[in-house]
Amino acid sequence: MIEIEVFGKKDTRSGFGEGLLELGQNNPDVLALCADLTGSLKMDAFQKEFPERFFQVGIAEANMISIAAGMTIGGKIPFTGTFANFSTGRVYDQIRQSVAYSNKNVKIAASHAGLTLGEDGATHQILEDIGMMKMLPNMTVIVPADFNQTKQATIACAAHEGPVYLRFGRPSVPIFVKPDAQFVIGKADTVIEGTDVTIIACGHLVWKSIEAAQELEKQGISAEVINMHTIKPLDEQAVLQSVAKTKCVVTAEEHMYNGGLGDSIAQLLARTNPLPQEYVAVNDTFGESGTPDDLMKKYHIDTPDVVAAALKVISRK
Amino acid sequence: MENSELKQIASQVRRDIVRMVAAVSSGHPGGSLGCADFFTLMYFEVLKQDPKKFDMDGKKEDLFFLSNGHISPVWYSVLARSGYFPVAELSTFRKISSRLQGHPSPAKGLEGIRMASGSLGQGLSNAIGAAQVKKLNVDDSLVYTLHGDGELQEGQIWEAAMYAAAHKVDNLIATIDYNGRQIDGDVDDVITLGNLKEKWQAFGWHVLEMNGHDFDDMRKTLAEAKAKTGHGKPIVILMTTEMGQGVDYMMGTHKWHGSAPNAEQLESALNQLEETLGDY
Repeated sequence: MIEIEVFGKKDTRSGFGEGLLELGQNNPDVLALCADLTGSLKMDAFQKEFPERFFQVGIAEANMISIAAGMTIGGKIPFTGTFANFSTGRVYDQIRQSVAYSNKNVKIAASHAGLTLGEDGATHQILEDIGMMKMLPNMTVIVPADFNQTKQATIACAAHEGPVYLRFGRPSVPIFVKPDAQFVIGKADTVIEGTDVTIIACGHLVWKSIEAAQELEKQGISAEVINMHTIKPLDEQAVLQSVAKTKCVVTAEEHMYNGGLGDSIAQLLARTNPLPQEYVAVNDTFGESGTPDDLMKKYHIDTPDVVAAALKVISRK
Repeated sequence: MENSELKQIASQVRRDIVRMVAAVSSGHPGGSLGCADFFTLMYFEVLKQDPKKFDMDGKKEDLFFLSNGHISPVWYSVLARSGYFPVAELSTFRKISSRLQGHPSPAKGLEGIRMASGSLGQGLSNAIGAAQVKKLNVDDSLVYTLHGDGELQEGQIWEAAMYAAAHKVDNLIATIDYNGRQIDGDVDDVITLGNLKEKWQAFGWHVLEMNGHDFDDMRKTLAEAKAKTGHGKPIVILMTTEMGQGVDYMMGTHKWHGSAPNAEQLESALNQLEETLGDY
């Protein structure tokens, strides 16, 4: 019986807020900018404790990204905070020119990513951001799975020299990463070991994949679950070692098929070891209003979808 | 520096500009020529910088950001002529594997460049960030920027303008190359800027004006701008220039914004511009 220790439930954005506050206390070079969403991003504690290092930009995301790029000149480490949609799609050119191409030490903290933003609907539910960000040279892309991991990832971002896109979410989700677990950018975590199928997931889909592995176990199937919290640079060795054993893979993410984690894995396998792969992701459609749970069901990125994908991919071996 | 000496440098800078763009049949000579006097004064007299000790952070130095990156030829020329990198490297402009990209970038490690520009409207925000960090670092040197007037059609400029006033970024001096021309024609015919002075004033900036071809006027205005720093308001200078200044057939038109002269036209241009410091 697969047993995973759970340390309660919290939103990943609160992990960011706690990580940022801790950074503020330990690193005088860390700055924070926000575009009128301080409470939503959980940046208020940092703002209160370090008002001289917090910059309210107002509803002007393009300006925020470009200011942050300028703030790296003189040795600072700026974190920008807004929703994932306004952190990427709205400001792609600013990120491209003054963060990625200019290779500046900016950390783009993006909350409310994906469908689980919920009732606000498709205007705010970005499902293309991982693709946009991973295509940019120099950019590191991180999608942590729970509160503890988001906190540790935030702290790791500051120690990493170079542009980072850090993607997290709004809803409260189970915490299963140990609070003292070290976060290493580019080093995947194997959450469950197995032999029949490899499930590679990021963000909220890691917990769904754990639930799926527990369900599969009841059916006599041994699933390996990898938490691929860093999409770029991809931990290729972790993937290749696992599929050498299982010979098939399911990728699971709160993102479009196009451009996401699944594409990164497919590209790796095509180049090295072509094997059957099934995607659990949103298939070329916009989201809509609804509760996070209803949306994950309707758009087929829920636990039963991971189970079904695993059974299907095993049958293709 | 004596005006006569500045004029000599500016003449050589103009020769560099037309030779650079002619060599690769591409680039933007019009605005480059129009800003040659301003850049010469800035890099040979105004900016507190050490070309031999360039580093990205530029602490205790004045910083310069070129927001309208397409006039890279004039920037490259003054950077090289003032000692940032070898003058001979100007011959690589826009060629494969050059550090002198069509639009400026720090990606290839060219001394003097801290931020990529080319996609317009972003440099003011970049400069604001750098200026605010100077304050955090208790560094009383200044941040300068240059923008095209056509570039002011970009919305981000006005986001930045609003922010700089709200945050009292008063260690920043922005200059607008107010030549009234852009690719498609006169700025007034494309999208008029209206009363530009009143616009900046309404956004909470201190506004000065100067003639971009008069060293005395520029020197006086830049000194006044410097004196205004530290008083709670960002400063903008509307600098009147003539696109193509120094080459008769390039003046009075927008045609040479982004077109290079052919061999015959180059010869005509060089005949009008004295070689003073030696061609690269």
